[in-house]
Amino acid sequence: MNDFWKRFSRNRSAVLGLLILCLVIFVASIASLIYPGDPFLYSQYPLSKPGENGFLLGSDSIGRDVASGIAHGAKTSLLIGLIATFAAVLIGVIFGALAGYYGGLVDDVLMRVTEVFQTIPSFIFAILLVAIIKPSIESVVIAITVVSWPAVARLVRGEFLALKNREFVQACHTLGMGDYRIMLKEMLPNCLSPIIVIGSLMVATAILIESGLAFLGLGDPNVMSWGFQISDGRSMLRVAWWICTFPGIAILITVLAINLVGEGLNDALNPRLRERN
Amino acid sequence: MNRSNKILHYVARRLMQGIPIILAIVVMNFFLLNLAEGDAVDVLAGEAGSATPEYMEKMRAKFGLDQPLPVQLAVYLKNVVQLDLGYSFRHEMPVHELIFDRFGATLLLMTSTIIIAVGFGILLGLLAAVNLNTWKDALISVFALITYATPLFWVGLMMIIVFSIKNDWFPTSGMENSAAFYEGFDRVKDIAHHLVLPTITLSLFYLALYTRMMRASMLEQYGQDYVVTARAKGLSERRITFVHVLRNALLPVVTMAGVQVGALIGGSVIVESVFAWPGLGMLAFESLFARDLNLLLGIFLLSSVLVVAVNLVVDVIYCILDPRIEVN
Repeated sequence: MNDFWKRFSRNRSAVLGLLILCLVIFVASIASLIYPGDPFLYSQYPLSKPGENGFLLGSDSIGRDVASGIAHGAKTSLLIGLIATFAAVLIGVIFGALAGYYGGLVDDVLMRVTEVFQTIPSFIFAILLVAIIKPSIESVVIAITVVSWPAVARLVRGEFLALKNREFVQACHTLGMGDYRIMLKEMLPNCLSPIIVIGSLMVATAILIESGLAFLGLGDPNVMSWGFQISDGRSMLRVAWWICTFPGIAILITVLAINLVGEGLNDALNPRLRERN
Repeated sequence: MNRSNKILHYVARRLMQGIPIILAIVVMNFFLLNLAEGDAVDVLAGEAGSATPEYMEKMRAKFGLDQPLPVQLAVYLKNVVQLDLGYSFRHEMPVHELIFDRFGATLLLMTSTIIIAVGFGILLGLLAAVNLNTWKDALISVFALITYATPLFWVGLMMIIVFSIKNDWFPTSGMENSAAFYEGFDRVKDIAHHLVLPTITLSLFYLALYTRMMRASMLEQYGQDYVVTARAKGLSERRITFVHVLRNALLPVVTMAGVQVGALIGGSVIVESVFAWPGLGMLAFESLFARDLNLLLGIFLLSSVLVVAVNLVVDVIYCILDPRIEVN
């Protein structure tokens, strides 16, 4: 662990990313404390400039506080990003592990399915899914999960294929261990590093997809999100630049921070891959 | 068997592989349509305002919606094969006609985006790799990192603020100034003027992607043995970079450009709806609001077919370009 931290902290930009990410998580967790009440609540001061009428980042066309929306939106983005990624990793690991371990027909069938999902243009598919299930937190999570898992499945399949013939796995067979026990207890821990790396990068992509869906009007109408704020501020672009600008910066900073942390994890967990860059 | 024959066989085999994928997508399309609340008759009845249950039953029988699912699926498959993607009740037009109407605009946007993104991506990646670990490399890497993390729709809106609202350089939306009735070369110029902001916006993300890939690909090639040989021969660094390394580094990047087409179509939905560019993406955006599922599914199906086709073409080009690749 200590060793891991040493390697991680050698990468300056990864540490910076981690700091920013912690800040975003902090803001998200105290959103209800610093901005109690509904972020959708309007006030009598529409279109206040940043700093005016006590609005740090201004207010929108019906007087909603942009800063409050950003704080509450942070919660939405992080939550959706994390849950969708977790689900996608779970599905991907199951598919990839079974395909890699059993090979043959199982591999063929599972990989054909994965291939179909990988061919489909993912963002349009996500739009389609949310439009059909009706926009809500759940449908957004489902859509992001459905378009994200194939990458994990391919990765895990490759790892399992490589591990399958290693001595320690064959030793497990000789000991009479069951298939599931070998996969779960012996092989999976050995390919955890790349799964963690791809998972961390997937959180960033998930947040971008979520904001894109919300921008197209496919977010949960009852939950504040950055994408919603930007699409709502669009019509006011000429008179109030701040409504769209600040939530976008929030997305940019969060996604950038997660990407930096992901790359740092990659360097720290796979020291052999460092030169590959 | 000679090589061109082998390539022909390869194309045939890849085509056979593409067909089941498209078939699977069509079947999935059908089930998604069935998953949605209400069928075409409900939509029609909603449009008409009121309809008696008897009338709706009759309509269902007319459209074959009272048939068991497998029969409906077979009918749907038959229709898709005949390029009949259903009827858009909002636009009162067959879906395939609508799609072909709008396809040109999207194709124009995507082509210009690919040219810009691949061209500049290769250039920047090359620059970064040649100036490895200098400030130029760092600057390019930071630029790539930031654009990689920026949502496209936000870039588009910021472009509009800076280049359309603050400075009146480019139009905010649309594909041409239809009120001006430009003809001939003036019209081309007008469309090109409208094309600038959407193209830059859509290019940025892929530009970042290709820059990073090109840089990595160049560095990988620099480590190969043939570079050592070239140096031993006494070739200049310039010649090594541009004649030997560059040519080999290009190949994987060009392949990736093909793989990214699916993502590009997704991006064009966002960019087209920001700039009201009248292509397929804008059509998809409109169909969302109208809850015009037939249309949305049609666009989805067409873009999937497009991805399969582009991947096939890229693979074949790859085979032709690189004689080392075994087509078996």
